[in-house]
Amino acid sequence: MVYLTRKAEFSASHYYHNPEFTPEENQRIFGKCNNPNGHGHNYTLEVTVKGKVDDRSGFVVDLKQLKEIMNREVIDAMDHRFLNKEVADFKDRIPTTENLAISIWGRLKPKLNLAELHRVRVYETSDLFVDYYGEA
Amino acid sequence: MKAYLTRRYWFSASHRLHSSAMSDQENQSVYGKCNNPHGHGHNYAVEITVAGQVDSATGMVCNLADLDAFVEENILERFGHQNLNMLPAFQGIVPTTENLCVRVYDILREGFHYAQVEKIRVEETMLNSFEYAGGREIRI
Repeated sequence: MVYLTRKAEFSASHYYHNPEFTPEENQRIFGKCNNPNGHGHNYTLEVTVKGKVDDRSGFVVDLKQLKEIMNREVIDAMDHRFLNKEVADFKDRIPTTENLAISIWGRLKPKLNLAELHRVRVYETSDLFVDYYGEA
Repeated sequence: MKAYLTRRYWFSASHRLHSSAMSDQENQSVYGKCNNPHGHGHNYAVEITVAGQVDSATGMVCNLADLDAFVEENILERFGHQNLNMLPAFQGIVPTTENLCVRVYDILREGFHYAQVEKIRVEETMLNSFEYAGGREIRI
């Protein structure tokens, strides 16, 4: 079994707000991230797939195809978007880094029949990232 | 849904690698330059991974402000700009980065209860790093 990781980058804005919280609660829990006008990040996405190395190609997965799927399912949908307002995944879900990783997993998993999806890692900044392995 | 959140912190400290269980000559041969009695320093990078169910109301494993506050008080203020050998946390043990990694894990495990402490990773320099997950195997 070999694990292969492909990176991609996207830039997007978001803010944290739960309509069921009072304005004071939103402010206390989310702090500066509660600014309704949003703020942005340069996100780095790392997608790790695993599988046996194919005897003929020497590949776990054709990187071109993996890159295309990541671009189509994630980057095209999220790059230079206001996540709360323009990405349906976050209509009723706060676009935290945790939820981004879960959402990206959900977008990629059904499209990846090339190899088994192992991990989605999303860096919000260089000192903060979230891993999701598809666990309930 | 269970997610793993990792936050990266920095602190600078000095240490000297010297074991009272060894002769001076052995210390010199095992630790080499790191045995210099005057000590030397590093910029340590500490990565703390916590895990848990993503709260449906906040979208978070735990509030980052809680983790930052805990680490600031219990790791960065205690270890930052200190000589590790002088600290109570390293009395009787050699302040290698292996032991630092275990200490940081134990401090988090004992005192941080907003999420499960999964793993600690410490970079001593850009060229070497250490990971500890309480004795558990570490997942890629």
